[in-house]
Amino acid sequence: MAASDVKLLGAWPSPFVMRARIALNLKSVEYEFLEEKFGSKSDLLLKSNPVYKKIPVLLHHNRPICESLIIVQYVEETWTSGPSILPSDPYDCAIERFWAAYVDDKFFPSLVGIAKAEGEEKKAEAIEQTKEMVVLLENAFKECSKGGEFFGGERIGFLDIALGSLVGWVRAVESMNGFQLSDKETTPGLARWAERFCTHEAVKEVMPGTEKLIEFGKMLLSKLPPTN
Amino acid sequence: MADEEVKLLSTWSSPFCLRVVWALKLKGIEYEYIEEDLTNKSTLLLQYNPVHKKVPVLVHNGKPVCESFVILEYLDHIWKQNRILPDHPHDKAMARFWANFGDDKLLHLFTMTAIKHDKEKEEAFEAVLECLKALEEEVKGKKFFGGEEIGLVDLSIGWLVNLGSLFEETADLKMLDENRFPSLVKWIDRFSKAPIIKDEWPPRDKLALRLHLALESLK
Repeated sequence: MAASDVKLLGAWPSPFVMRARIALNLKSVEYEFLEEKFGSKSDLLLKSNPVYKKIPVLLHHNRPICESLIIVQYVEETWTSGPSILPSDPYDCAIERFWAAYVDDKFFPSLVGIAKAEGEEKKAEAIEQTKEMVVLLENAFKECSKGGEFFGGERIGFLDIALGSLVGWVRAVESMNGFQLSDKETTPGLARWAERFCTHEAVKEVMPGTEKLIEFGKMLLSKLPPTN
Repeated sequence: MADEEVKLLSTWSSPFCLRVVWALKLKGIEYEYIEEDLTNKSTLLLQYNPVHKKVPVLVHNGKPVCESFVILEYLDHIWKQNRILPDHPHDKAMARFWANFGDDKLLHLFTMTAIKHDKEKEEAFEAVLECLKALEEEVKGKKFFGGEEIGLVDLSIGWLVNLGSLFEETADLKMLDENRFPSLVKWIDRFSKAPIIKDEWPPRDKLALRLHLALESLK
């Protein structure tokens, strides 16, 4: 399949874009990466995702697919010769989908909440709340991995991609706020998993370094409207 | 599948539970309906959904599946009759997109029209109209969002039928305008009367009261 058949609109800092890239990499799909400029939205983006006007957008034969986890599932279902991203067992599949929804609905907003919290007290509350979620995710890891290295067992799967794409930003937020969400003592499974995930073939080229993300994060925070 | 044991922890007023009830009935799956009192959550609910403590929860042979969209995908995975999701990956992706849109964007905005005031209410109202315009385009020329048969998007946006007009009453705003959105309004009528779907609508007056309480708690 020619690279021009598959395009991805995205930006390097976005964990959601990263999800799409990891899925495409896992399936060895060649694609053209169209980097959106920060602060502006291209005509192609506005035309391809008029509802949300957000990245990532996958364009396959010029037909757009939006929303990162929908893109990952689309990649899984379209390029069937590559390694499976979702488990074949329906129940295991449901469990991964459940936790992926948890990552997006609860964990990610909580993480952003730490970065945006103003004042020591609010920050401490946000950190505590997120730490509790990490404990749940550690248990989810034990349940899903079944002794394997990844949530997907022996190989990277849907939930690995959903949560793993956030590891860079978790590290950036930890560093910027002087705390640790996950460490080898409290969440040993996740700590080991995070290392393995970030060094995986399909991930390492698209996961930005923590320093780069910290710099970007500081820039984003400086642009937030002041709260009274 | 005579030996399958299926239970559903549910509550009568929840649109998230209703979509699962519809799916179970459309597929002809026998199940035990367990009504949950969310003001007094049962041990069973807390055991099966410790993370969110919410309904719906599907329990299949003793194993719980939580979150309505996860449940719908699970049902389609195992019970292949009367498929909810289309076959083609692109169509599947579009179905998932619009189903999520219904909850993440549209339901949220309808809620805002009902609980906000002044400028925020006006903005929510305009945003609802934009959303309805998108849905109008999506359903134009089709019997259902799923095509000839009811599918994921129909089940997911089904709440527009009963809750839609209740939101309009609470907000005192006409949003589901048949002049602006003729195809969507026709779909509302068609879906509301569809076999199986039509037997499950909760009583309107009770639902109105329930919605009122829920909105009050959000203000």
